[in-house]
Amino acid sequence: MAAGAVHEVRLFATLRTGRGKVVVLETERPSTPAELLGRLGIRREEVAILLVNGRDGSFDAPLATGDYLSVFPPVGGG
Amino acid sequence: MGRHDRDLIFSEEEKARLRASRVLVAGLGGLGGQVLELLLRLGVGSGPGGLLRALDPDRFEESNLNRQLLATRTSLGRPKAEAARGRAALVDADCRVEALEAALDSRNASAMLDGIDLAVDCLDSVEARLVLAEACAARGLKLVHGAVAGWYGQVAVLRPRRDSLARLYRQGAGPGLEAALGNPAFSPALVASLEACEAAKLLAGRESALAGRVLRLDLLEMEFEVFELG
Repeated sequence: MAAGAVHEVRLFATLRTGRGKVVVLETERPSTPAELLGRLGIRREEVAILLVNGRDGSFDAPLATGDYLSVFPPVGGG
Repeated sequence: MGRHDRDLIFSEEEKARLRASRVLVAGLGGLGGQVLELLLRLGVGSGPGGLLRALDPDRFEESNLNRQLLATRTSLGRPKAEAARGRAALVDADCRVEALEAALDSRNASAMLDGIDLAVDCLDSVEARLVLAEACAARGLKLVHGAVAGWYGQVAVLRPRRDSLARLYRQGAGPGLEAALGNPAFSPALVASLEACEAAKLLAGRESALAGRVLRLDLLEMEFEVFELG
């Protein structure tokens, strides 16, 4: 039986536009941040900071059920 | 009454440390002009051996007037470094200011940190920020990082060889939201204040509450998030 999972994706700044602050995604099999962001139409180059459970994460590391993402776009002006 | 009588949050010993500190302010735009002002008001660089070194290659343009403290009707067209020297002379003539009309790059970053105790990142390009962070790490210096874009901002204190600025710029050295959102008057002033606050703590010999951490600010929603850099 495939192990599905539920993940909360917390979006910040302009990534909220058209998506909201928090999106809950269900998956039918183990997933990665890259797959979840793909479902939300967020490209890698839009992501400056990617946290998994509040810690620096990676796009391609498998997620455990209940893991949550925080995603921030780049801020670089002075 | 003395100039620093109202700086009651610092002991006399800490104030002496602030005056004797040697700080690099990299960039003299929206963040750097404010950071310079605040460090001047704190007395940084005004004591024996103290120094405020600042650099920026640009001259003031009309579009700087909405937010940059050193941009005035009279400084338009003039180098930002020159305005920094002029401001320092007005606020505290005892402060030793070395303001250079130069861009920070991989060739001069290490030399800019010669004799410096702490660097404050007020740059406007991600590429230059990463160069500065690397140079600070190589010299074992802490770096106070700040960046702004529209309603948004971030502040971090990076510990050498422990924290990487690249974690905040995972997408590489491309432009941030500021390319589309610009910057209003208040975001740089706020982020600059937070940078100066953490710089002052470190220079006074205290810990920074943001060491190894990042504060992300959303002034539209008034949300403030702190998370670990590692």
